[in-house]
Amino acid sequence: MNPHIVLRVGAKLLIPVIVLFGLYVQFHGEYSPGGGFQAGIIFAAALILYALIFGLETVQRAVPPGAVHALAGLGALLYMSIGIWSMLAGGNFLEYKVLLADAQRAEILGIILIELGVGVTVATVAITLFYSFAGRMRPEQDGG
Amino acid sequence: MATVWIRNLFAATMLMGIFSLLAASLYVLLDAVDVALTEAAVGAGLSIILMLGALVLTTSKEKVRDTRHNLLALVVVLITGGALIYGTMDMPGFGDPEAPAHQHVSPRYTQESVDEIGIPNMVTSVLASYRGLDTLGEVLVIFVAGVGVLLVLGPGRYRRRPRGSGKAQE
Repeated sequence: MNPHIVLRVGAKLLIPVIVLFGLYVQFHGEYSPGGGFQAGIIFAAALILYALIFGLETVQRAVPPGAVHALAGLGALLYMSIGIWSMLAGGNFLEYKVLLADAQRAEILGIILIELGVGVTVATVAITLFYSFAGRMRPEQDGG
Repeated sequence: MATVWIRNLFAATMLMGIFSLLAASLYVLLDAVDVALTEAAVGAGLSIILMLGALVLTTSKEKVRDTRHNLLALVVVLITGGALIYGTMDMPGFGDPEAPAHQHVSPRYTQESVDEIGIPNMVTSVLASYRGLDTLGEVLVIFVAGVGVLLVLGPGRYRRRPRGSGKAQE
């Protein structure tokens, strides 16, 4: 791994920026382009870059596959539970207006929560895909 | 075009990545920045990585088959293509304000969504609020795709040493 010192240093500089940009796209999605889907992919891309350079095993020690799978389900569950919450509050499925007294604030709350669900699911599914592909390679070969 | 003709799958993958990046820049020019972000991250980033992973698992050379000229296939392609082009003739002109797509719900989305939802990014309010059910469907599709890959390829843990002697496993 020593020959790749440029890659390693470059990646170490880049990855925090990528993660930060992913979070920005996630939580600033109402004001600027972006949203849960894009943020999830960007977040996953940061982890995949890390895995490509430092090895799959290092990443899986930090982000174990079991947790990733659980989060993928939780993201979708969060989305649907918002829908069911709005039904319990007396509206239609995914009608955010009824969540809070102020309709506009309720819409924003609903959107932020479902975008969070989208982001979590997309990021974890992308990571899962990468884990599945990369995990089948022989340990002697470093990823593509 | 080169992507279709080239025999070396590694080069073809790289060309597809370049194509995605160009498509992303085109979306930026068309002011569809949300789509451009997605195209750049998914098309040029993630899918290329996954394809490279698949190439590592298989081989990077396409098997050259005896490609005799198939007249029937050419006829089918010509007829289908002709029908599609004929279908586009009924479509409204580019940027036509009278087009059906701009008549139905779009005026409400563009004019009232800021007051109704309270956020300036129209794309987000359409995706997450007006069309929330569709987005839920998309998320579930992604989730099911992940589950499918897990079932087919396995969870991809590194420590599967007990089976086989490590080097010549597959």
